[in-house]
Amino acid sequence: MASYPIRIRALLKGDVTSITAIVSHPMETGLRKDDAGKTIPPQYIQVLTVELNGKKVMESHLNTAVSTNPVFNFKIKGAKLGDKIVVNWVDNTGEKGSGETTVIPG
Amino acid sequence: MKYRIAMAAILALTMQAASAQDKPAAAVPAGQKDATTLEFEKFRTQMEQEGNPAELFELQGEEFWKAKRGPKNVALTASCDLGLGVGVVKGAYVQMPRYFADAGKVMDAERRIVWCMVEKQGYKFDDLARRPFAGDNYTPEQTSLVTYVAAQSANMKFAVPLKDPHVREVYEIGKEVVAYRAGPYDFSCNTCHGADGKRIRMQNLPNLGTPQGALSAVLGWPGYRMTGSVMLTHQWRMSDCFRQQRFPQPKYASDTITALLTYMTANANGHMYKGLGIKR
Repeated sequence: MASYPIRIRALLKGDVTSITAIVSHPMETGLRKDDAGKTIPPQYIQVLTVELNGKKVMESHLNTAVSTNPVFNFKIKGAKLGDKIVVNWVDNTGEKGSGETTVIPG
Repeated sequence: MKYRIAMAAILALTMQAASAQDKPAAAVPAGQKDATTLEFEKFRTQMEQEGNPAELFELQGEEFWKAKRGPKNVALTASCDLGLGVGVVKGAYVQMPRYFADAGKVMDAERRIVWCMVEKQGYKFDDLARRPFAGDNYTPEQTSLVTYVAAQSANMKFAVPLKDPHVREVYEIGKEVVAYRAGPYDFSCNTCHGADGKRIRMQNLPNLGTPQGALSAVLGWPGYRMTGSVMLTHQWRMSDCFRQQRFPQPKYASDTITALLTYMTANANGHMYKGLGIKR
């Protein structure tokens, strides 16, 4: 199985936490062909969720119109320093990935 | 008659507009930036701040650096000296190319890492050189390693040790390579990169002989190119320059490339390295 590293940063400024998640993923649309002319099967993230201390705070539904190795930026309120942020994703082939970090001062 | 006057007026106006448009494009003084460049810079800064996928390759490179690998099952962090001591990566990138007595050569970061992989870990050079640069769904291990090492020098100043006579000699060779005219178009690097204010289509061409020009050519490497989603090193950039110049492709990790990198990086000495780049 391929490995899909994730890099996450969660920076708290005031009462807003800015989260950046860089996800390693091919995000194949299913429309491209390889050198031999065969169609490359689609593989893309369908659901990306973010948890704050185990509680889901965001869920996003993605499709093929997102680039390879996508970068996600979002802001949440109510997180405190040291809180645990977990990012999970599932793609259309059933592959899963996740990464976690703790909130640090921004 | 009325119509004719109107036409003439319109013509005069368009001609004026055309000459007004020509002016700024033709004469962007050296050191100043036109609107296109500024927009590209804004875009790059935004991408760098929001998150650069190059960091994924940095993560991968860190794993490679610290793990015991290769036929000899040795970790680079326990065996590879990038100039500041075995395993020291912080600040190493901005102080290369430098002279390595154990190899008897001046080496840039990628060349040194490849040397370590061959000498310390037991990989075969020919295997590493077969596909040395990233392509579709493929990133060479040395590219990830260079990315990791380079990222540890972010926000540090370039300090190529030019006082070292070995480095100085290679620098002078680099200067000659940059001025060497050959190939079907009888080009040298300096044909396009040796004077201020030159452009190819919409892109400004840096003058590599000036600190500012050299800086803009060394910043942003290694970099993540969004077209194709690939991670590319400065070695790749140099090889591709030869291709664009219609020169024969230089050998991977060769003296010529190190000489070019020495010339350019040393010209940028004293300026800040901003870390991993992102390109369109």
